[in-house]
Amino acid sequence: MNLTLKIWRQNGTNDKGRMEVYPISDVNPEMSFLEMMDVLNEQLIEDGKDPIAFDHDCREGICGMCSMFINGEAHGPGRRITTCQLHMRSFKDGDTVVVEPWRAAAFPVIKDLVVDRGAFDRIQQAGGYVSVNTSGNTLDANAIAVPKKDADRAFDAATCIGCGACVATCKNSSAMLFVSAKVSQFALLPQGRVEAKERVQKMVRQMDLEGFGNCTNTGACEVECPVGISLENIARMNREYLSASLASAE
Amino acid sequence: MKLDAKIPSGALATKWGAHKSNIRLVSPANKRSIDIVVVGTGLAGSSAAASLAEMGYRVKAFCFQDSPRRAHSIAAQGGINAAKNYQNDGDSVHRLFYDTIKGGDYRSREANVYRLAEVSANIIDQCVAQGVPFARDYGGLLDNRSFGGVQVSRTFYAKGQTGQQLLLGAYSALNRQISKGNVKLYNRHEMMDVVVEDGKTKGIIARNLVTGEIERHGAHAVLLCTGGYGNVFFLSTNAMGSNGSAAWKAHRRGALFANPCFTQIHPTCIPQSGEYQSKLTLMSESLRNDGRIWVPKDKKDAEAIREGRLKPTDLPEEKRDYYLERRYPAFGNLVPRDVASRAAKERCDEGYGVNATGQAVFLDFGSAIERYGRTEANQLGIENPSKEKVIELGEKVVAAKYGNLFDMYNKIKDTNPYKSPMMIYPAVHYTMGGIWVDYNLMTSVKGLYALGEANFSDHGANRLGASALMQGLADGYFVAPYTVGDYLADEIRSGNIDTNSPAFEQAEKEVVERIDALINNNGTKTVDYFHKALGKIMWDKCGMARNAEGLKEAIKQIQELRAEFWKEVKVPGRKDMYNPELDKAGRVADFLELGELMCLDALTREESCGGHFREEFQTEDGEALRDDENFAFVSCWKYNGEPAKAELIKEELTFENVELKTRSYK
Amino acid sequence: MATKSALLGSSLTKKYWMALTGLFLSVFLIVHLAGNLVLLGGKEMAENFNAYAEFMTTFPIIKITSYLLYFSILFHAFDGILLTIQNRKARPVKYHYEKPSANSNWASRNMAFLGTIMLFFIVGHMATFWWRMKFGELPLDAAGRKDLYTVVEVYFTTASTALLHVLIYVVAMIAIAFHLLHGFQSSFQTLGVNHPKYTPLIKKIGVGFAVVIPALFAIIPVYMYLNQ
Repeated sequence: MNLTLKIWRQNGTNDKGRMEVYPISDVNPEMSFLEMMDVLNEQLIEDGKDPIAFDHDCREGICGMCSMFINGEAHGPGRRITTCQLHMRSFKDGDTVVVEPWRAAAFPVIKDLVVDRGAFDRIQQAGGYVSVNTSGNTLDANAIAVPKKDADRAFDAATCIGCGACVATCKNSSAMLFVSAKVSQFALLPQGRVEAKERVQKMVRQMDLEGFGNCTNTGACEVECPVGISLENIARMNREYLSASLASAE
Repeated sequence: MKLDAKIPSGALATKWGAHKSNIRLVSPANKRSIDIVVVGTGLAGSSAAASLAEMGYRVKAFCFQDSPRRAHSIAAQGGINAAKNYQNDGDSVHRLFYDTIKGGDYRSREANVYRLAEVSANIIDQCVAQGVPFARDYGGLLDNRSFGGVQVSRTFYAKGQTGQQLLLGAYSALNRQISKGNVKLYNRHEMMDVVVEDGKTKGIIARNLVTGEIERHGAHAVLLCTGGYGNVFFLSTNAMGSNGSAAWKAHRRGALFANPCFTQIHPTCIPQSGEYQSKLTLMSESLRNDGRIWVPKDKKDAEAIREGRLKPTDLPEEKRDYYLERRYPAFGNLVPRDVASRAAKERCDEGYGVNATGQAVFLDFGSAIERYGRTEANQLGIENPSKEKVIELGEKVVAAKYGNLFDMYNKIKDTNPYKSPMMIYPAVHYTMGGIWVDYNLMTSVKGLYALGEANFSDHGANRLGASALMQGLADGYFVAPYTVGDYLADEIRSGNIDTNSPAFEQAEKEVVERIDALINNNGTKTVDYFHKALGKIMWDKCGMARNAEGLKEAIKQIQELRAEFWKEVKVPGRKDMYNPELDKAGRVADFLELGELMCLDALTREESCGGHFREEFQTEDGEALRDDENFAFVSCWKYNGEPAKAELIKEELTFENVELKTRSYK
Repeated sequence: MATKSALLGSSLTKKYWMALTGLFLSVFLIVHLAGNLVLLGGKEMAENFNAYAEFMTTFPIIKITSYLLYFSILFHAFDGILLTIQNRKARPVKYHYEKPSANSNWASRNMAFLGTIMLFFIVGHMATFWWRMKFGELPLDAAGRKDLYTVVEVYFTTASTALLHVLIYVVAMIAIAFHLLHGFQSSFQTLGVNHPKYTPLIKKIGVGFAVVIPALFAIIPVYMYLNQ
């Protein structure tokens, strides 16, 4: 299989960046997309050129590191997959494949396809935790029963891998799906309920400070999310924030 | 050099409690002037950094990923063990201790393992309090499942993503401390060296991977929570960035490396499909509860399947060889990982492999689907259900149990595992070996600690399923935060560490020289070329089965490869900007030394135990032959300029509470 | 939180206002439509229409509500512009190649565009009818009320540009339809109403509302034009 790759090259955050064309031949359809990129990079290094930088680590769809905008979609064509789970069998001989980094003001490009997603960490640091000490001297794990349905929904929200595909996909670069997943996980569990009001306010405040856009409810994030985080979480966060704002003293 | 493991005296069950009560403390005011560096932010690192910061120490946490949450602990699937006995099936701290010691083939330290079992219950309490959404049953209480090698249900889980949920829990605790200013996070930073002065750890040299800047970080104690070194094999289930460099740097600075050859090869991974392959993907051990492993009885059939002329589903039952059930009737498909892996290799080596490369066996859910389908039909009151109906119902049950794993298989292989059996093959998964630590988790260098997979302490020669998460969190939340006090109590008068000392100067100089050597080498071969070559040597000669001849060859080949690396490696780009190839080059350079030490260790351990199988030491029917008389010790290696010159120091293992038995699964 | 105005504090608050004003305007559409449908009765119903028009411009409660309405329109537009500016800022470098049709529908991505069309239409619409009714000199009908009916009739039938008026009106109604298609159900989501049982129903009602209301609005001038 032969392909034409159009890949974004950007030498550092302040570089303007440009698309460059790389032909690649003998692509095996069983390769993952990142393995195809490995092969391309090996060629570039052998030719004395600068290899293309891209984020990746676990290569099994859980670490959330890989992050390519391929042919107009976050993580490329296909549903419920990360870039590392995209295989070359999704493409045809002769295809042109356009590869870009996540694009958002809150995710500055570090190099080529690598972006800085520190904004996500800072949102979590703003309140994405339960304030308990790590002493181990807490209640017995079974002291509070949690309805299975709530536990399952909390789990579903908690499976977010923090890849940023929601932001990359959203026409407004909104981080609502990401933030709402964390807010929901804790809001659904009695352990997280205690400080739910403060949490949602702090996290939304940080989200706004980071320069993400607003949610237009296009639903694109849910479609492109590799782990299928539901829009219900955004609604839940809207609800949580509304009641927290109405109840707050300020 | 005499090793002191500092195991507290007293009865096994009272050691940890008594030790904790007698351990020296650092007063809150003094803690505020003590710096601790934590390298790595997986389960062990995140939990340790959070706990130490909460106690009042000034903590700096380092990870090479873009966020602490991406450490490879996140990929653990199955679950975490804890002796809670919620299922009332007779579990206890002692039973978990015993299972772990036995599973480790009697090559771990009793006192450490007992402590691990003891604190396991606290981990679950802690995680639930943090909002980790463990699986629950309809009554709202926590659910458990059972795992390989044990007879109780003590594994807590969150679907197939337990590692993710636990890491996010630890990450949230870490975030809480970051937001309070108690932890300073250095992401996209790699530890380049440990600084040791007058026998004491003084800090680390780190490199900012984005800017290439070399930084000095002084600390009164350094905790290495840097995971395992399975990537020495190039292909493994580890993440691409997982590396052994921090451990190796510590080793070169005087930390002993223990049992480097103890590697766990996991039997159920998706086989390699071609030369371009970059990593292997694990399929949870839980699949072996219902899947049956087989290859064709006849080599001609195996050949036909390999060439695509015969479909596995068309091969009748009597022509299939369910070799695990045949060899190990008592445990069947649920034999421990090391046994299952070796058996698969044996069949494939004999020419019965079933994929194009001949390196795969079948994991078949056909009979489970039919069995579940019949039960389901009975429950629904369907009399004489058609075969199609049975299969339809059975597939639903299997999907509910393993759906996400089946989907994962389908995504990678593009074949439907409900209709045609999965193909699996063993792959490197975990390293039981690691930096030697005493009971306090301190290495042989004062003030330098190792936690989690990075140390050697708890799993002996083979780790049981769902125990890695337990150990990482036990070390990080409940062990190291207390035991560091014992050392730091003497450090309260040290004041701030001077990072302009000669030791820092020298360490930084060496780091810079090495980076320069790599970037200016301008050879002809890429880093991956060397990594792949090393991986092949390791896999062929120091993998599932090893022998003296092969290991000697491997040592020679690795030495040659290393020499070639430093002559011929080509690292593109610059050192003062983001350059992943440069990062990789440094890691592979270390693997090229570590791999040799692994072979040396495997060569000197003339017995078969756990994941270490020496072909010369086996019973007549091919089972591992352990030698407790001569090898009931931990091999601790001291660095002497190069791997080949490493000195072997033995920590004898004494077993006072368990009786050493031959593991038999027949 | 204290540093920003309570009214437009966070991104979420802006969205709440968007949803609330949007829903209020949707309700107004029903009231407005009810009156307009009288026009379909032709000349015989002219006096009823004029009575309705007078009632709407003089009855105190309606008057108060109408100020709320004007405010809502302006605020909805103003808030929308604020949001759009922020959204644009959030992605300073655009993608070279995007395939948004793969994951979202056209209307949801073009609310600002549709809203702009509507805003222009509303300005023109109010200048044509509302201004004249309220402040203009209109001939009186048999009952002595301002004869808005005739104004409407002339505008859509006998005026030299009547066909253009009808076309603009229909296009504006199509814009409203698409705006509502996304906006109706979206406002519930923004206010946190998302429930596996009720949301599908809300979405169905939303589609019905988005199709039926603008269609009925659009039928009136078309009918008048064809029946002249």
